[in-house]
Amino acid sequence: MIFVLVETANQKLTESSWETLTAARDLAQKLSDTTEALLIGSSVRALAPTLKGLRSVSVVEDPRLAGYIPEAFAKIAAEAIQKKRPTVVLAPGTEMGNDWLARVAARLDLSLATGCTEFFIENGALKGVTRTNWGGSLLEETEILSTPKLLTLQPHAVAAQPLAGAEPSVEALAVTLEDRDFRVRLKELVRKEKTGISLTEAKVVVGGGRGLGSAEAFKMLEELASLLNNAAVGATRVATSNNWRPHSDQIGQTGTQIAPDLYIAVGVSGAIQHMVGCKNSKKILAINKDPDAPIFQRADYGVIGDLHQIVPALIAEIKRLKGA
Amino acid sequence: MKVLVCIKRVPDTGGGFRLTADNKRVDTTNLGFAISPHEECAVEEAIRIIEKHGGSSTVLTLGPMAAQEQLREALAKGINSAILLEADDYESWDARAVAHAIAETVKPMGFDLLLFGNESADVCNYQVGLRVAHLLDVPCVSGIKALEIQNGKAIAKRESSEGWEVYEVSLPAVFTVKEGINVPRHPSLRGIMAAKKIPIEQKKPIRQNLQMARKLLKKPQEGRQLEILGQGVEAVGKVAAKLRELGAI
Repeated sequence: MIFVLVETANQKLTESSWETLTAARDLAQKLSDTTEALLIGSSVRALAPTLKGLRSVSVVEDPRLAGYIPEAFAKIAAEAIQKKRPTVVLAPGTEMGNDWLARVAARLDLSLATGCTEFFIENGALKGVTRTNWGGSLLEETEILSTPKLLTLQPHAVAAQPLAGAEPSVEALAVTLEDRDFRVRLKELVRKEKTGISLTEAKVVVGGGRGLGSAEAFKMLEELASLLNNAAVGATRVATSNNWRPHSDQIGQTGTQIAPDLYIAVGVSGAIQHMVGCKNSKKILAINKDPDAPIFQRADYGVIGDLHQIVPALIAEIKRLKGA
Repeated sequence: MKVLVCIKRVPDTGGGFRLTADNKRVDTTNLGFAISPHEECAVEEAIRIIEKHGGSSTVLTLGPMAAQEQLREALAKGINSAILLEADDYESWDARAVAHAIAETVKPMGFDLLLFGNESADVCNYQVGLRVAHLLDVPCVSGIKALEIQNGKAIAKRESSEGWEVYEVSLPAVFTVKEGINVPRHPSLRGIMAAKKIPIEQKKPIRQNLQMARKLLKKPQEGRQLEILGQGVEAVGKVAAKLRELGAI
């Protein structure tokens, strides 16, 4: 049996949960096996019948389980796994899913493969996985020797598909929760003030790297962005480490992952750490004075030259076009 | 206050990877090494906490002898002592084995606060800190970007798309840190000189049976074809035309 840990937000399954259920269904078909799921929350029972084609859904409903309560969720999942004895446990490879299944793995003293993108089957059983390394710039094929195999699915590795079939049976799972299961608890949620277009929403992102040389130089990127449709300014790790820009502007493995229609990389060398964060851009335009910079191997359009001359000239050209 | 910070030595990859002939490892022949980014911030956080609240800080890594370089860097920045769990074959250790070795070492040492990176840059396992917390039976909050210590309690903040999630837990506790929590300092020359005199405690960790075995590394497909629009300021006409074509203006 393949057991899916389902993540919910605002009384709905998250997109990553649907991706994970899709991956579990496909894997179950290949293994001629069944799929079950675990749903935890203060009010989640009504979601269970929507998980069509699954054999059953175990539900734990408790008013204390509103939102993600790490240790309580881990205890429930670990007990469910011990009771149901699945061969594979799959969770979304999100912040919550990775945290949740890592805690489960620790409790059961089992290995955990995070960020999986592919599954390997041998003699009708799951043998190993492909998983992400270096934020996705390398892939690792690894064999998993322990059972059950605990896996999290890399977000967007599988496209979510609607589930078909009969409604699952719904069973309430009884787990006794103690005070210590609530020792890590969300105390409050401080909502962010929305200012301007965020990096993840922008259709165009103008990113600056080492070549900018100063915080001051980013002003021209701000001006360029202000002339473009739905544009925001981002930066590389070098720029944020030097305090030219705040860390919230960082595009990369340890910053934000963006997927705009166009990414304009200005004075960006193309370090792996940065490219992981912008590789999902539809088009990449690079401006760099070094024709051998790695960015040119990963861009669609290139301009070779001094950004400190090219960017002001480009701003003037766009203003001229807009004025005309 | 006794603070532990656990770090990993990772290659400084720059612009691209070369793999070894057997496709099992990143070829590090011509590469430098660094403290993995999230952990560099964990080191900074440990130093700031001791500067503010007093006490001592220890840095620990599981890795080869050469990882002394990263321990010395942490010492040069202001960490007080260092432990090397020496394992030449560290790249084949799974996260479970690493966590057991760390927990075994630090359990008798009585740390109040244990800091890890949220995930290492290379293998991205997202789990060593959480596992150590479980083995020590202390609470853990992962992926934090702010930390404050008050009266035996820690207030930690995680950033989500909606805003800041604020957690409060009693010490001792484990936190896994994300870059952005602070901007790490550079070591001073005096710090570098002083760090050379601090002895690094070396131990041979016991490796539990491995449950994961890497078969190979591979590069994902990349499908972009470069078109050079031009050189220097003469190119701006073509660039602007392309921006219009792509709907950016």
